[in-house]
Amino acid sequence: MTLSIGFTLNGKAVSMEADPAERLLDTLRYRLGLTGTKEGCGEGECGACTVYLDGLPVNSCLVPTYQVRGARVETIEALDPVQLGPFLEQGATQCGACTPGVVMTALWISAHPELLETHTVRELMAGNLCRCTGYDGIVDAVATTIGEVGEGGRGKGEA
Amino acid sequence: MQRREGLAKLTGRERYVDDLPLEGALWGMTVRSPAPRGRVSAVRFRPDVNWSEIVVVDYRDVPTANEILLIERDQPVLAAGYVRHVHEAVLLVAHPSREMARRAARAVDVVVAPEPPALDFRAPPRPEQIQFGRDNVLKRLQIAKGDVEQALARAPVVVEGVYETGAQEHVYLETQGMIAWLENDVLVVKGSMQCPYYVLNALQHALGRDERRVRVIQTPTGGGFGGKEEYPSTIALHAALLALKAGRPVKMVYDRPEDMASTTKRHPSLVRHRTALTTDGRLLAQDIEVVLDGGAYVTLSPVVLSRGIIHAAGPYACDNVRIVGRAMFTNAVPFGAFRGFGAPQTLFALERHMDVIARALGLDPVELRRRNLLRDGQSTATGQVIRDGTDRIAVLERALALSGYREKQHSHAAFNAAQRSQRRGIGLATFYHGAGFTGGGEVHLNSRLQVAGLPDGRVEVLSANIEMGQGTLTVFTQIVADRLGLAPEEVVIGEPDTARVPNSGPTVASRTTMVVGRLIERAADDLRHRVGLDDRARGAAVKDAIMRWHREHRGEPLLGEAVYERPPGIAWDEERYQGDAYAAFAWAAYVAEVEVDLRTCTTRVIDFVAVQEVGKVINPTLARGQVQGGVVQGLGWALMEECKVENGAMINNQLTNYIIPTSDDVPPIRVAFVENPYPHGAQGAKGLGELPIDGPAPAILNAVAAATGADPRAIPLTAERLMEIVERTH
Amino acid sequence: MRVLLADRVPEALGLLAGDGAAIPVAGGTDLLVHWPVRIDAHDRTYVDLSRLEDLKPLRWSDRELVLGGLTTYWDVIQDERIGREFPLLVRAARQVGAIQIQARGTWAGNIVNASPAADGVPVLMAYDAVVVLESGRGREEVPLDHFYTGYKEMRRRADQLVVAIRIPRRPYSYQVFEKVGSRRAQAIAKVGLAVTRSDAGWRVVAASMAPTIRRCPMLERLLEQRVQVAHPGDLVPAITQDVSPIDDVRSTAEYRRRVMARVLYDDLRETCGWP
Repeated sequence: MTLSIGFTLNGKAVSMEADPAERLLDTLRYRLGLTGTKEGCGEGECGACTVYLDGLPVNSCLVPTYQVRGARVETIEALDPVQLGPFLEQGATQCGACTPGVVMTALWISAHPELLETHTVRELMAGNLCRCTGYDGIVDAVATTIGEVGEGGRGKGEA
Repeated sequence: MQRREGLAKLTGRERYVDDLPLEGALWGMTVRSPAPRGRVSAVRFRPDVNWSEIVVVDYRDVPTANEILLIERDQPVLAAGYVRHVHEAVLLVAHPSREMARRAARAVDVVVAPEPPALDFRAPPRPEQIQFGRDNVLKRLQIAKGDVEQALARAPVVVEGVYETGAQEHVYLETQGMIAWLENDVLVVKGSMQCPYYVLNALQHALGRDERRVRVIQTPTGGGFGGKEEYPSTIALHAALLALKAGRPVKMVYDRPEDMASTTKRHPSLVRHRTALTTDGRLLAQDIEVVLDGGAYVTLSPVVLSRGIIHAAGPYACDNVRIVGRAMFTNAVPFGAFRGFGAPQTLFALERHMDVIARALGLDPVELRRRNLLRDGQSTATGQVIRDGTDRIAVLERALALSGYREKQHSHAAFNAAQRSQRRGIGLATFYHGAGFTGGGEVHLNSRLQVAGLPDGRVEVLSANIEMGQGTLTVFTQIVADRLGLAPEEVVIGEPDTARVPNSGPTVASRTTMVVGRLIERAADDLRHRVGLDDRARGAAVKDAIMRWHREHRGEPLLGEAVYERPPGIAWDEERYQGDAYAAFAWAAYVAEVEVDLRTCTTRVIDFVAVQEVGKVINPTLARGQVQGGVVQGLGWALMEECKVENGAMINNQLTNYIIPTSDDVPPIRVAFVENPYPHGAQGAKGLGELPIDGPAPAILNAVAAATGADPRAIPLTAERLMEIVERTH
Repeated sequence: MRVLLADRVPEALGLLAGDGAAIPVAGGTDLLVHWPVRIDAHDRTYVDLSRLEDLKPLRWSDRELVLGGLTTYWDVIQDERIGREFPLLVRAARQVGAIQIQARGTWAGNIVNASPAADGVPVLMAYDAVVVLESGRGREEVPLDHFYTGYKEMRRRADQLVVAIRIPRRPYSYQVFEKVGSRRAQAIAKVGLAVTRSDAGWRVVAASMAPTIRRCPMLERLLEQRVQVAHPGDLVPAITQDVSPIDDVRSTAEYRRRVMARVLYDDLRETCGWP
């Protein structure tokens, strides 16, 4: 069987037939050509496949495609590169495999600075595993986008 | 300069192997051995799959030699009736649907008549477990300096210790992946890898194709850390065999559990130290035994062992040193290259042992190291006289100052006295890492590199060295741009495609910036000479001359070239393991501060300072990132990353149960560089990539020892293990 | 694989009743783990709950907080009133994976997934939560501490759906949630503990210590009777009767027992006047 579904993807209406066993991650990557969203683990642990579902970051490897019917999905391809300056400056990307997911979560945090009243950046970023940067570059970039002096000030060894 | 491909990565536009569209491709899957050792008595195809739709490949489909070419030729491309480890590849299947390919792989039963496996590298093998030589020793190496026995016999103090490290999984975020197809008669293999020419050589050897009929192209590589040094040859061969048999393109991309279970890991180790000292802590003799678990095939174990033993005595002056090392055959999934390449294991043992010595002598760990650190003019274990002008004591002092080491020792004493269950401590490690291939390795590699002048005046670097996150594209761009006075956008870095680029050697061993970068400088100089300029010509003069040359030589390539030359005054004796093991060493002092919760024995690193001398720092942001990432990878290895194995198979082969640090598990990593330009590295740079994983584990364990009074000797120091040790201590 | 889509609760209940083996799917955070390789799971029938809008909101009344069958961890984390009145719910929710999981995972899903290491269940149990099950045959309410009957076994029939979780509002004089994992974030509990005290008495709930998450009656009795405890070891006999930890891929039985004793002792020391 297949299921007919319609949803909004990066601001545009999409309708398609989906196999019930299809994951949103695979739909995006292999059927819609949006390969910016990466698979790192397939178990919701690494966050490389992070997309926004109705405005919240989710692991697209754990979302059955049929569940996005009627929903709003946004991927890394929809983001405005203008926001990414701090990520380049702070060295927030190295190999790049975790990066799209990192950027999705990071920019979601930046868009909700009120979260930092109850959470730290490090806690909010904990769903995105990175094996290259040691996280300082990422945490500093988030802090910069929010206009905060990050903890990175002491992370640079300039003391 | 900012990371060159940074924006492409940040926006998700960078295309990794699994992102490439491939018309009419099949998905390839691997059928693996269920047992650690035995004869394959049957391979059964269950009828719940329509086998007429499935392409199946086994060892009989390997055209020329069923061998994965590396140091030895002992490893088959596909098991030929006999398996030596769990998850060894036995059969390959392919189908246009990934799910169908997966179902097919699952519908094959590989029946193994079991034979007794060797699973503990520390225990001497029983006769029925012997499968390699007379004693399962894959490789033996020895370093000798002075007279260790005599020094031990006469020494006022001898301190002994045994240290162990576990396997570590690379967890590159992009799993292994390769695509293969035929273009007319040329086999093209493209994928995630560190060493395109290793893959090329392996394909040529097994498939019997000369270099005109096979071509290897690296795709942007989502992390390597050594895990994509030798393993990609295997998956490349598998994809190629399927593509050749199917006559269609084939894609193989491992999912995470398969990648974790069946690819290489860091070698587990056991290191014994017996150290003779004066009562005031001067080293008189170091007697060291290093044992590595090599796993079921030789892979790179001999050279991992080599680097391991060369680093085993540390950056200290000692007249009498004996280091014996052996890599053991076991029926484990083969261990392979991993950042640091044997040195993290032996340096963990050494630097933990230094603190054990300090405690035994009642000496301050800082003082012990200060007394023994190499001064210029003194020699390492291999007799290499160090004369690089680096003040290693200053590196140490800088780390102590930055970390507030002394102040924290005092504040911790007060904290620990006041707290019921929290304990803080600070720990140190001083260490070094040799850059480039060991001994005569760089000479054997004979790396060659070209810098092309393009008709529009830009220049292009043609090298086989790849970007995997460590910054090759950026640093190469900087080196050429600086050398020729060009803007970064006037520099092109050619795609690592063996049909186009010369063999500038593998992207390993912290050699890319120092060794290959130097080749770029020399090739750029050569380019300048070829267009009639001297080494002072820069910028517009260079561009104009290149464009003029092309107007005069239409259609001809303009190539500057350089071949590796050993720096002057370097000599290595491979037979006796004596001499200059590395052209240059990077030096470092790392300090970790930890807090241990005695209720749960959970260790949290609350501050970390990493000070190193790596020659000239070419790109501060990239260099800092290398150190921070290496430290966090080392922190994981020290405290949480554990490959749990049952009957030769990893049972926690998923990221839920193989625990690596998250952003919330690590403090900011404070990095500082002491700069002392190295005359034979590009722009004065030495190697950097591996150094930062050598220091964290001993520094952290030394801090735990200081915090708790316990004496941990093995990593990973999980909470469960620390609890046992603390219980024994109190 | 078949998926049956429902837009209203009765429709979903009808689908579940019609196919006795159908599996309800909410946030998918447990079901889809390693999905591509779990081929056997592809050959089954599922009922999608994700569009049952009625089950999403959480509601307050004078006497209770009611979580909907689709209320997520993030819904709870975002609710300031829950943070004040049932702080352990927020604390536990923040320990479930990270934001990507918190945004999708549901409390009801945490209950019926029945993992002995769940983070949401222990705090719900320590607050005396009641599971509200509905089927075509009507409504049934089961106290959470009576819900599990064995490892991954529970008092939910295949035709029943968890439509709500009722949590009585009470003043708590003591409440704590502790999770000991292999790392600070995104870990699966090696030991989980939720302890509360209200007019209804002490509740001590342990996770990852037995085949199911469970209350610890001996420890609760020890606290009710104000037994004087001199050091963590004094708690071990009660712990040994209450739970039965095992060695597994994440930890050891010995470690779990010791940590439970020490953490409990340390947490309760001041409140109970222990030395």
